[in-house]
Amino acid sequence: MLTRKTLLAASALLATTFAAWAEDPVKIGMITTLSGPAGYLGQDVRDGFKLAMEDNKLGGVPVELLVEDDGLKPGQGKQIAERFLSESGVKLFTGIVFSNVAGATVPDIVDNEAFYISPNAGPSNLAGKECSENYFVVSWQNDSLHESAGQLATNLGYKKAFILAPNYQAGKDALAGFKRFFKGEIAGEVYTRLDQTDFAAEMAQIRAAKPDVVFQFHPGGLGITFLRQYEQAGLGKEIPMVLAEPSMDGVTLAAVGEAAVGVNVSAHWNTDFDNPANKKFMEAWNKAYNRPATYYSSQGYDTGQLIASALKASGGKLDDSFRDALRKADFQSVRGKFAFGPNQHPIQDWYALKVEKGADGKPVIKTVGEVFKDHGDAYSADCKM
Amino acid sequence: MTLFLEQLLNGVQFGVMLFLMAAGLTLIFGIMGVINLAHGSIYMIGAYAGTFVATETGSFWLGIPAALAAAALAGVVIEFLVVRRLYGRDHLDQVLATFGLILIFNQAVTMLFGRQPLFVQMPSILDGSVELLPGLSYPIYRLTIILVGLLVAFGLYLLINRTRIGMLVRAGSTNREMVRALGVDVRLLYTLVFGLGALLAGLAGFMAGPILAVQIGMGEQILITTFVVVVIGGVGSIRGAFFASLILGIVDTGLRAYLPGLLRQVMVGPEADALGAGISSMGIYLLMAIVLLIRPKGLFIRNS
Repeated sequence: MLTRKTLLAASALLATTFAAWAEDPVKIGMITTLSGPAGYLGQDVRDGFKLAMEDNKLGGVPVELLVEDDGLKPGQGKQIAERFLSESGVKLFTGIVFSNVAGATVPDIVDNEAFYISPNAGPSNLAGKECSENYFVVSWQNDSLHESAGQLATNLGYKKAFILAPNYQAGKDALAGFKRFFKGEIAGEVYTRLDQTDFAAEMAQIRAAKPDVVFQFHPGGLGITFLRQYEQAGLGKEIPMVLAEPSMDGVTLAAVGEAAVGVNVSAHWNTDFDNPANKKFMEAWNKAYNRPATYYSSQGYDTGQLIASALKASGGKLDDSFRDALRKADFQSVRGKFAFGPNQHPIQDWYALKVEKGADGKPVIKTVGEVFKDHGDAYSADCKM
Repeated sequence: MTLFLEQLLNGVQFGVMLFLMAAGLTLIFGIMGVINLAHGSIYMIGAYAGTFVATETGSFWLGIPAALAAAALAGVVIEFLVVRRLYGRDHLDQVLATFGLILIFNQAVTMLFGRQPLFVQMPSILDGSVELLPGLSYPIYRLTIILVGLLVAFGLYLLINRTRIGMLVRAGSTNREMVRALGVDVRLLYTLVFGLGALLAGLAGFMAGPILAVQIGMGEQILITTFVVVVIGGVGSIRGAFFASLILGIVDTGLRAYLPGLLRQVMVGPEADALGAGISSMGIYLLMAIVLLIRPKGLFIRNS
């Protein structure tokens, strides 16, 4: 008797949960960095993502976006993910900006058979051996940012580079990536601190090493400070700089101003890209928000579009059909061409940008050429799915 | 050699900034026995207020009184509304309350100014570099910071050692109860000291503006190092805070600049760089640990 009762109760429970599931919108857990100096990164990812939503729908499927701030703390990101998984029943995640947070959080998510679609961080370990069929990266693999900068420095004919990055995983990936494609000599290699605000000691070292180009990777507020101090130290006029896009986004440019003119940047997206998807995005962004669009916002938007295309194909179900649809990447990316490689990281083109004086005297970032065509990453061979 | 001198100046400049923060913190802790985590927020308030006024009016110089006034006002208000209730309570309550203040101030500034960092344009007279020695040119602005810091240190020295208020401050930091028993209005003294500490933090914040980004959470970045200064120098000692700041500034800069190079002599390049960066970021904490082992009360407190 008891077993029958239990069974009945269980099936009743199942029925109610099923009914609830069928009516409820698809929950999307967005864990991102909204506070602290790097808070604008997460804010842009979130607001870009929201632009891809129409009346709280993605691809015609109702969705509920749950946003939480990880405060750039890996432990906090992990806790939020656990809470979303167990309490809110979230099966689809996105949002993380920083690789150290992603490294602590993503494995938990995919181990619980939920999906994670990265709008920004693409650490090397998750692209290679620890790849997962539920883990997609819309942005880039971390190294690509800096590989393209290394190639750009080589293309521009520089022979002797001084390179700097903060002492954490993404910083090490950055210098490794740059060196992989830079053909010249390395005059000096310096690791800074992630919480460093004064770079006077490093400026003195750069001056003493007399390189003919400087490459540095300092995301968010760090990069702004670095560029300003570079200019104040009088190095701006002496030694040109080649950067990857995290060190020169729209916000950095607005803050640094004139000091940035002449800087070379490698990027996968820029505000001036001439394709219909990007024009639509830029128009929507400028209408909705009173601040410059950054590549973080473009990636948030692309992530939203990708999820929309897959939800549409799967009819709102988060199952194998959803994954298959994600793999097809059937959406119009703001960067033009877009496809996933075998490890579900993008294969895309990279471009050379240059900061120039605009018509109104304010500096603008202009696209001036190509660096890579259909560039994937170095880790996909290690990924066995 | 010029590179060494330049790094030395960098160290002194960093030390002077630390001193402006540490002077207030050590006074507040030494005299009132309050751990004030919100000191970093006052630094941020000074930076934001000064930068805002300087940008709106187009004059860097008008930013200075604005930063000082805003920071001192914020300090007095914090003392009056929150800290005053904490004098008798234990340190955990104080940490909790002032940590709460950090969150409140950070959020309030986010709401007022947004998350994007602000910048103030340097006045043209301080822009550029000056050649101190052949081959050694140094930014004028950083030299100015060193100068202002040393002047403030000298002024504080006079204030503490030559005036009646200074006498009360000194007395208060050694024996609070006795000062009260002698009929001194301790409440007023506390408010004054708190305001003075806040004023210096605001000055530091505004001077940092043109070099560093004025952004949410800027205070917390410098606050931790400031606490290290206070511990090394000895709680309540301005003289200790001054020398500890300079030592820490120079040690930190020196380690960052030279340790990877030294390590590269004995090991492979990339490993030396990574290890050097790791050790140099621990450097000041190691120094603090050593000082605590040898002189637990700090370098500049006489053992009683």
